Amino acid sequence: MNLTLHVWRQPDAGSAGRLERYEARGVSPDMSFLEMLDVVNEGLIEKGEAPIAFDHDCREGICGSCGVMINGVAHGPMAGTATCQLHMRSFRDGDEIVVEPWRARAFPVLRDLVVDRSPLDRIIEAGGFISIATGNAPDAHAILVPKQDADSAMDAAQCIGCGACVAACPNASAMLFTAAKVSHLGVLPQGQPERDRRALGMIAQMDLEGFGGCTNYGECTEACPKGISLETIARMNRDFRVASLRARPESAAAAGAP
Amino acid sequence: MSIELKSNVPAGPLAEKWDRHKFDLKLVNPANKRKHTILVVGSGLAGGSAAATLGELGYNVHCFCYQDSPRRAHSIAAQGGINAAKNYPNDGDSVWRLFYDTVKGGDFRAREANVYRLAQVSVNIIDQCVAQGVPFAREYGGLLANRSFGGAQVSRTFYARGQTGQQLLLGAYSALERQVAAGTVQMHTRTEMLDLIVVDGQARGIVTRDMVSGAVETWFGDAVVLGTGGYGNVFYLSTNAKGCNVSATYRAYKRGAAFANPCFTQIHPTCIPVAGEHQSKLTLMSESLRNDGRVWVPKQKGDTRAPGDIPDAERDYYLERKYPSFGNLAPRDISSRSAKEVCDEGRGVGPGGRGVYLDFADAIARLGEDTIRERYGNLFEMYQRITDEDPYKVPMRIYPAVHYTMGGLWVDYNLMGTIPGLFVIGEANFSDHGANRLGASALMQGLADGYFVLPYTIGNYIATHKLAKVDASHPESRAVVAQVNERMRRLLAVNGTRTVDSFHRELGKLLWEHCGMARNAEGLRTALARIPELRAEFWKDVKVLGTGEELNQSLEKAGRVADFMEFAELMCRDALVREESCGGHFRTEYQTSDGEAKRDDERFAHVAAWEYTGDDSPPVRHVEPLTYENVQLATRSYK
Ligand code: FES
Repeated sequence: MNLTLHVWRQPDAGSAGRLERYEARGVSPDMSFLEMLDVVNEGLIEKGEAPIAFDHDCREGICGSCGVMINGVAHGPMAGTATCQLHMRSFRDGDEIVVEPWRARAFPVLRDLVVDRSPLDRIIEAGGFISIATGNAPDAHAILVPKQDADSAMDAAQCIGCGACVAACPNASAMLFTAAKVSHLGVLPQGQPERDRRALGMIAQMDLEGFGGCTNYGECTEACPKGISLETIARMNRDFRVASLRARPESAAAAGAP
Repeated sequence: MSIELKSNVPAGPLAEKWDRHKFDLKLVNPANKRKHTILVVGSGLAGGSAAATLGELGYNVHCFCYQDSPRRAHSIAAQGGINAAKNYPNDGDSVWRLFYDTVKGGDFRAREANVYRLAQVSVNIIDQCVAQGVPFAREYGGLLANRSFGGAQVSRTFYARGQTGQQLLLGAYSALERQVAAGTVQMHTRTEMLDLIVVDGQARGIVTRDMVSGAVETWFGDAVVLGTGGYGNVFYLSTNAKGCNVSATYRAYKRGAAFANPCFTQIHPTCIPVAGEHQSKLTLMSESLRNDGRVWVPKQKGDTRAPGDIPDAERDYYLERKYPSFGNLAPRDISSRSAKEVCDEGRGVGPGGRGVYLDFADAIARLGEDTIRERYGNLFEMYQRITDEDPYKVPMRIYPAVHYTMGGLWVDYNLMGTIPGLFVIGEANFSDHGANRLGASALMQGLADGYFVLPYTIGNYIATHKLAKVDASHPESRAVVAQVNERMRRLLAVNGTRTVDSFHRELGKLLWEHCGMARNAEGLRTALARIPELRAEFWKDVKVLGTGEELNQSLEKAGRVADFMEFAELMCRDALVREESCGGHFRTEYQTSDGEAKRDDERFAHVAAWEYTGDDSPPVRHVEPLTYENVQLATRSYK
């Protein structure tokens, strides 16, 4: 099939960008979206034009590197699917496709479709862990975890950190990303001792990074390639309220903002 | 300079070696640790866990990764599980059995003492990961669940749905980020190592390129740790992430680190078959699927009926037929080769005839669709997304693909390479898997090295070496930086007609044909003649646009492919000299009458480690004999 692409081109963070038009010919429905971009890029290079820069690595939907807006939808039209796993059979001959980078104040564009997602790492730094140094662990069977809890922790832990939730949110909020980690650790017995600190610290960092607030649009969960649910946000809000009320001296310091 | 391969395996009974050795290792005074800088390249299970642990111990750590976050390293894609000798199911497992299975699975080409230590620390890994909050699968009573995996008759594999690698890596990543917050680790993302700086015979620094600004920088420390993964992408098509490359280890090789057993590559039996020319990578379907899926092809050649229309009597469940005691759980090398054989006979299925069925119909009938969904749901979905076929209804089609490389930089018992101060961990080293890795052992090795081995052994090196201060003004550093810059300038200056990918594809095809699942002297000689020509064409005709001072993905790829072009030759050389079949290295000249691999323990019970001697002179092959004091060399049988 033949397609017309409108792709965001921007040489670097400091320059202005714009949409450029490209024709993609002879696209096979079995290609992934990124393979289609590969083919376009091969053509561009042969013509002496700079290829389109985009992030990708595993190409199997797990590393979270890839992600672009496809016709205004984060990761494109197929639910529960990262850009690298989207196949061209989701499109029809003659389609026009607009391809843009994640749009969020906290994610500046570095080049073309590549953005800086390092704020997500800093949110994890602010508490997305259990403080256990190597070698300090008790026997694995010393901690019993009810199967339902292990399963719901796993549901939340599946987050690949791609940032689609931020890109899809009208407020560019990172609530779903943050809530996934707070929920994953918060439902497990191992995560209890730091539960308050975690919620307060991570939410404070989220605000500091310039992500917007959550006003319950729910676009995030629609865009999430792993189907992280809105319940995680409810759980994080609860954790945050409880932690703020308890207002231990150490957590009060971390609770800069709601 | 000539290389001496001293394994430094401690004396004493196998089961006591590691404990004794830990006691003998010199310690660094805790108050002094922060004065010592350690550079860790790579942030996967090995690099990430090492950087986190070294940071916790108080060292000043710099960690580098080419991805935009350490959480994206390719360990994340591992699906099936991680082995540990916990014997929770009470089915007869033990450290000794895991050790024996691993040595045997590796076709007796791994170092006994290293493998034993790996099996010993496997139990600590599970404890550590559970404490970090890794959501392993559980039974209703709240205990950890186990599954079985290829090459073993016990259930010792721990798993988190089909995303075990992801969950373990996120565990290591969270420990790492905790140290970043604590200020003990500085993380350098989108930063690629381009060379190693060796001063007075010791590894003291690295040269990196900032992949956003293009800045070429130098970093120095008391030791350099490479956790940079394997070289499977030399084949172009593999299950590795697109960015995986050999550059860090190959650059270290060119600076004097011996490269061991480069021909030991693993072809994974269960991947989604190639769909067309545009294919950019291959996707693995976890080996755990073989617990419940049955592998078959039609008995008749060229049988084009739909799988459901082929009656049971006309199907050949060839693994069950050939290996009755292991059946569908035969080890990877054997399963892969068997798939190739039936396809070579014209009994392959799907477009192009390069595929076999992996059928869940019996398991679904026995256990119900819900149970299967619970075990493998995400894998089934992934399969359907890629192929547009529903594996709950029609059997999956699978075919072998390059997946893992057992070869890597040579290391001693302390995980140190032949350059003092250069430590190599995880898939990047050669040490634990011999000629074939068992399923669920890569995650185990990465974390064993990073959490539980390297942090001890590197301390001993630092405690026993007085190192002079080195900085960017050192002549050796300047020389390496100049070479790095010159190489990039040359790549950008060629301005030929062919893209980097087109060269990479061609190299990959050549290797898959001549140094893939089956090899022989003639094919290897053909490849050895062709690779230098292809390399010359690359340097004459490659087209890399743009400059070095910007985000330039073509330039990144070009540097990696240039290294693959040289490395490929080393691989074929190694394969040619090893005149035997063992594990993933199958030489068609050396097989038994029923087509099984024929080892030659007289001539090849050793590690081959290659020393670089210059671009215009052939590398020198050194040998570390493998002596088995605790297990008997046996013909591997899974029948
Ligand atoms: S490239 Fe890894 S998730 Fe898409």
